[in-house]
Order: sequence, then C-alpha cells, then structure tokens
Amino acid sequence: MTGVTATATAAAETGASHQAVFDAAVAADERIEPRDWMPEEYRSSLVRQMAQHAHSEIIGMQPEANWITRAPSLRRKAILMAKVQDEAGHGLYLYSAAETLGTGRDELLDKLHSGRQKYSSIFNYPTLTWADVGAIGWLVDGAAITNQVPLCRCSYGPYARAMVRICKEESFHQRQGFELLLALSQGTPEQHAMAQDAVNRWWWPSLMMFGPPDDASAHSAQSMAWKIKRHSNDDLRQRFVDIAVGQAEALGLTLPDPALRWNEERGHHDFGEIDWTEFWEVLKGNGPCNEQRITQRRRAHEEGAWVRDAAAAYATKQQAQHANGEATA
Amino acid sequence: MTALVSTDAALALGDDALVLSHRLGEWAGHAPVLEEEVALANIALDLLGQARILLSQAGDEDELAYLREERSFRNLQLVEQPNGDFAHTIARQLYFSTYQHLLYGELAALEGEFTGLAAKAVKEVDYHRDHAELWTLRLGDGTEESHRRMQQACDALWRFTGEMFQPVPGLDIDWAGLDARWTASVTTILSRATLTVPEGPRTGAWAAGAGRQGLHTESFGRMLAEMQHLHRSHPGASW
Repeated sequence: MTGVTATATAAAETGASHQAVFDAAVAADERIEPRDWMPEEYRSSLVRQMAQHAHSEIIGMQPEANWITRAPSLRRKAILMAKVQDEAGHGLYLYSAAETLGTGRDELLDKLHSGRQKYSSIFNYPTLTWADVGAIGWLVDGAAITNQVPLCRCSYGPYARAMVRICKEESFHQRQGFELLLALSQGTPEQHAMAQDAVNRWWWPSLMMFGPPDDASAHSAQSMAWKIKRHSNDDLRQRFVDIAVGQAEALGLTLPDPALRWNEERGHHDFGEIDWTEFWEVLKGNGPCNEQRITQRRRAHEEGAWVRDAAAAYATKQQAQHANGEATA
Repeated sequence: MTALVSTDAALALGDDALVLSHRLGEWAGHAPVLEEEVALANIALDLLGQARILLSQAGDEDELAYLREERSFRNLQLVEQPNGDFAHTIARQLYFSTYQHLLYGELAALEGEFTGLAAKAVKEVDYHRDHAELWTLRLGDGTEESHRRMQQACDALWRFTGEMFQPVPGLDIDWAGLDARWTASVTTILSRATLTVPEGPRTGAWAAGAGRQGLHTESFGRMLAEMQHLHRSHPGASW
C-alpha cells in the first residue's frame, strides 16, 4: 500500500473494508496515491476534473497565442511566448497526473475533441486588443490561482503535486499580466483606454470561472467531502473579488460593477449579480469563440496525425533494428 | 577586429534569429503534438533571446525590429519562408540550425565582438540542431507519406541554402569551408533519414545573397505588417 499512511494502515490492520480505509485516509488528511483503493466515483470525478483542467491549459493557449505575432515589444513577445510554452507544459503535467488514474492522453483528447469533456468557459472569449493579454494574466490567472492554491492540498497525491508546481508558474504569469496592464494604464491615453476596455470585458467572465453558485453546483458537495475541493465556489469567488479590488486601485483602473462596495459588517466586498444566463450559454457551447477554439484544436490534431504516425513508425523500426542487433550480437 | 561593433554583422545575425523566431511563434497552438508545442516555443524563445542581444549591439532592439521596412532587413530568405507543413518547418530548421551551429562554433573560437554571444548561443543551437535532426530522421524514415512530405520540403527549401555562405561584412569566417562542412553534415543526416540530397541550384540564382541585401520574398512583407502593426499604431508609446 503506497501513500496511505498511519491512520489508514491502522484501519487496514483491523480488517476494515477498502471503503473504511479510504474514508479514514481522507478524514486524516492523508494523500490517496495511484495504487491505493478508491471509490469508482472518486476516480471518475477526479478524471473529469483533471482532464478538464488539462484541456483548459491547452485551449487556453489559443487566446494568448493570438497575440504572439503582434506583441508590441520584443520583451513582451518573449514573456508571452514563455507563458504559452508554460501552458503547454502544464497541460502535459496534468495529462500525466490524470493517466495515473487509468486513462490515457489520447482518450482524453478524443473526449475534448468530440465535446464529451469540457474546458474552462473563460477561453471562449476573444482577445481583441493587446491589453487583453494583460487582463488574462491579471484576472484569469488570478482567478485560476485562487481556485488552484487549495488544490495543492487536494486528497489525490499526483494532482496535489502537479498543482504545487503549476501554481508557482501561474503566480509569475499573474504578476507579469498585472505589470503589462500597469504599463498601459500609466502610458498614453490610448493605452490607458485599451487597458480599461480589456478589464471591462474580462471582469465578469473571470468571476464566472469559479463556477455556478453553491446552490446550483452539481459536484461541489461530494468533492468537498472527498477533500478534492476545499472551499465552495462562492467562497473562492468572494476571496478573489476582495483581492482584485485593491489591485484594480493600484492599477488605476475601475471594475465594471456599480454594485461593488466594501461591506463593513461582512468584512467583504459586496458585488453585483453575475449574468448566469450568459454563463450557461457559454458552457453549452454558445459563447463567442467555442466553435473557433474547438475547431482549431481539432484541426491541429488532425493535421498532425501524419507526424505522430511517422514518429510511431520510426520508433517501431528502431526497436526492430535494436532487437535484431541484440539477436545477432 | 576593432572594438567597434560591426552593425552589418549584428543586423544580419540578429535579423535571422528575429525572423525565424517569429515564424516559429506562429506554430503556438497548432503543433502536431503537445511536446512540440513546448519544443517549438522553446526554440523560438532561444532565437528571440539571441535576436535581442544582437539587435541591441546594433541599436535599439524595438526600433530595429518594429520600425524598419522590408528593404532594410538583412535576414536570409530561408528564415522568412512560411511554415508550411511540419516537414517544411523541420527542413528549414535543419538547414538553418546546422548553419548557425557551425557559424557560432567558429565565432565562439574567434576573439571578436560576437565571442560571448556565440559561446552562449552555440549550446542552444546545438539543441535546435539535435531536434531538427531527430525529426528529419523520424519523418524521412517514418511512413511513406512522411517520407514524401519531408523530401518535398527539403527540395523546396534547397534553393535558399546557398545564401547562407555569402560573406557577411564584419565576420572573419572561411565561408567556403563553412559551406563544405554544412553540406557534409546535412548530407549525412539526409542519407540516414533515407532522403535524397536535393540537386537543384543553391547559388547563382538571383536569390543567393539577396536577403542580406534587403531583397526578400513576397511573404516577408506580410509577416512584417503583422509583427509591426501594433507598435507602429502607437508612435512613441512604451509597452
């Protein structure tokens, strides 16, 4: 038995059922590892969440890559290229982590391409100006970090460890996005307006990244009981708003919400109602870029098929040659 | 060499790296496999890093990248060629990274203005060359289709290879010797990949040496329009 430590081992020695050993491990905040027994629903729920997370990294390359060839300075271009490269790397970690649960990257990509698995709704919005690259870094990565830092303590070991590494890089991206927006905000009037417009367009979609409200979230309760999730959607969203308000002030930009104000009694910011109709429409595939994003992903995969076939054929030939070499040696 | 930086040489090498980096950046989100998203972006970043150092030796990197017109760029026509399919991108990488590896190897050994940069870059370029070689082998000796595509790509880009060995003012290099070593290296790799070394002309045509004189192919102007548009739309702004 790997990973499941003291408490669960004790439970196992008393002849408890697999389920009891698992429950004891989760209750004791121990990590579940790939070879440990786990309930099928825990496994499938994790596969769904990790695959969706990996897909988001891969689809999320598109809105930013849209600006690589137009980045306005060589320094910004280098930063953006490095970021998009990191995202591909995050996708790779997460597919590997998901594979420890008995699935495969090909299978997961197939589910993405056929629409059976989702990716974050945020990437269905278009990047219309250079400032959008900054708004994505600041707000979208900021929301992602708020969501992901608690996942570093997720009960499934490979996922938690992937998140530790990913969160470090994401924090770096977020600071870079903030710095990009600051340069625009303090630049010419046109640049300032470009930054404000981007924040206006990305603010609400960023709040939607935390998912539906707690009373409409299908998987939340079970995920929290399993300690995959540590905080509710609404709690994380509130945490993000509280942090973003101060950062917007530092940027010299406003947030597009007339209802946004400090609530002394709650010790939090109140904010306006999210347009849940838009959220569900985007989730259903009717957002501004859903069709474009998935079409590009499918096309890259289909047009790359002959390359992957070539690599596989070459590897087979090399193995055969190697085997022949050993046989005659 | 004197302490003065040779602007011609810095621009020639810097523009090569800048333009090829841009072309590789166009692959982001379109690569055939995730590992290649990482690899191509990695190579693009290395090249962009080299470009920034070289252009800074010749002046202000952003002014040079964003405010020169097509006729003032000094890059090889090879590096501005459109990505085409993955085989075209790999053939372009094979030809160019083999050249750059040999050239930087020589510059690193010389006492000159590019010694430091070349010593650092030669390690990066060795990795680029390795990547291109591996893919040339996989595609050339993979399936029938990949073999056909790789051969076609090698043939199509061959006519741009002679330009690499036109002397660059300010670089004290045995260009004919460099050409001979390049040809030997590429010939070995192509034959290991079961590919035929192309037979068409490499020099003598109008194209040879033209990029270094600011004479480019048609797709280059469009590439620059995209690259420079935003910067040019906000004169004097900082980013």
